[in-house]
Amino acid sequence: MDRMYVLIMGFLSVVIVNNFVFTKFLGTCPYLGVSGRLDTAFGMGLAVTFVTALSGTLTWLVDYYILVRLGLEITRYICYIIVIAGAVQLVEMYVRKFWPPLYKSFGIFLPLISTNCVILGLCLFINIWGTDNLLEVTVLSTGAGIGFTVAICIMAAIRENMVMADVPECLKGAPITLITAGLLTLAFMGFAGMIK
Amino acid sequence: MANQNPSSIAYWRALTAGLWRENPTFRLLIGMCPPLAVTTAVKPALTMGLSVIFVLVCSNLAVSAMRNLLKPHLRIIMFTLSIATFVTIADLYLRAFQPEMSEVLGPYVPLIIVNCIIIFRAEVCASKANVLISILDGISFGTGFTIALCILAGIREILATGQFFGISVMPTAFVPCAAMQMPVGAFVTLGLLLGLTNLLTAKKAG
Repeated sequence: MDRMYVLIMGFLSVVIVNNFVFTKFLGTCPYLGVSGRLDTAFGMGLAVTFVTALSGTLTWLVDYYILVRLGLEITRYICYIIVIAGAVQLVEMYVRKFWPPLYKSFGIFLPLISTNCVILGLCLFINIWGTDNLLEVTVLSTGAGIGFTVAICIMAAIRENMVMADVPECLKGAPITLITAGLLTLAFMGFAGMIK
Repeated sequence: MANQNPSSIAYWRALTAGLWRENPTFRLLIGMCPPLAVTTAVKPALTMGLSVIFVLVCSNLAVSAMRNLLKPHLRIIMFTLSIATFVTIADLYLRAFQPEMSEVLGPYVPLIIVNCIIIFRAEVCASKANVLISILDGISFGTGFTIALCILAGIREILATGQFFGISVMPTAFVPCAAMQMPVGAFVTLGLLLGLTNLLTAKKAG
C-alpha cells in the first residue's frame, strides 16, 4: 500500500506539479513548434510519451546493470544518447508504416524527437533523483511523457482559439506563444503546494 | 572591397552570421531550453554560453574533419556521438574547476548534447564546409547564443534581485520582483524580447 502511494504521488508530481515543460523548460522546441493544431500536438505528445517511457526505462537498466557495475559512469551521456536514438528510430519506422498521415504532419519534428530535451532530460533527472527500482522508473518516465502531452495539448487548444484574437503585429507567432506559456506556468504553479 | 577574393568574403559571412542575422535564439528560435532554464542570473548564463561555444567549435571541427567519410544514413549518429564526447569533457571540467556553477547548472550541461543549435550547425555547415569556415561558424553561433543568454539573464537578474553579476545596481527604493526568477519570468521576458526583435527588423525592412 505504501509503495502504491509513492508511485501515485510520483506520477502526479511529474505530470502536474513538476511538469517538465513548465518547471524545467524541457522540450520547449516542439512545444512552440508543433502546438499550432490540436491533432498534431496530440500525436506528437503520444510519440514523445512512447519514447520517454521506452528510453527512460532502457537507460535506467543500462545505467544500473552495466555502467555502474563496470565503473563506466564517464560514458553515461554517450550511452544514453545511443539508447535514445535507437528508440526514436524504432518509433519513426513504426509511425511511417502504420500512420502515414501522422508521419507527414510531423514533418521534421519526428527525427528531432531524438534531440528533444524532454527525453535526455528525463533520463538525467531519473539518475539525479537516484530512483532505484524498475517500476518507479517506468511510472516516472510514462508520467513525464503524459505531462508533456498535457502541456502541448493545452497550448494547442489555446492557440487554435487565438487565431481570431487581435494580436499586435510584432508579437504574432512565437512571442505571443511564449507569453501564453508564461501565463500557463503561472496557472500550474497553483498546484505547487499539492505535493510535498 | 574590390581586391577581396570570394573565399575571404565567405569567411567573413561565416563569422558574422550567428551574431544577429541568424541569431539562434532571437531569429531562428532554436535551442530554446537553456535560454529559459539557466538565465536566472548572469553568471550561470555566461558559464553555459562558454560551454556551448566550446562544444560547438569542437564538434564543428570534428564533423568537418570527417565530413568526407560520413555515410548519409549514419551521419546524425556520428554528429551526436562527437557532440556527446565534447559535452562530457566540458561537464567534467566544470565539475572539477567550477563546482559551484556545475551544481547550479545541474543537468543542463549534459543537455547541451540535445541542443538543436549544435546539431543544426553540424548538419547545415560543418558537414559541407571546410575546417576553418566550420570553426568560425562555431564561434559566431556560439557567441550569438551567449549574447542572447546574457541579455535575458541580465534583465531577469536585475528585475528579480536588483543585482547584476552579483553587484547591486538598483537604488535602494527598488522592490525586487520575485516572479522574474520563476519560470513565468523566463517565458514572458523571452516573449517580449522576441516581440522587440520582430519590431526592430520590421522597421529596418520597411
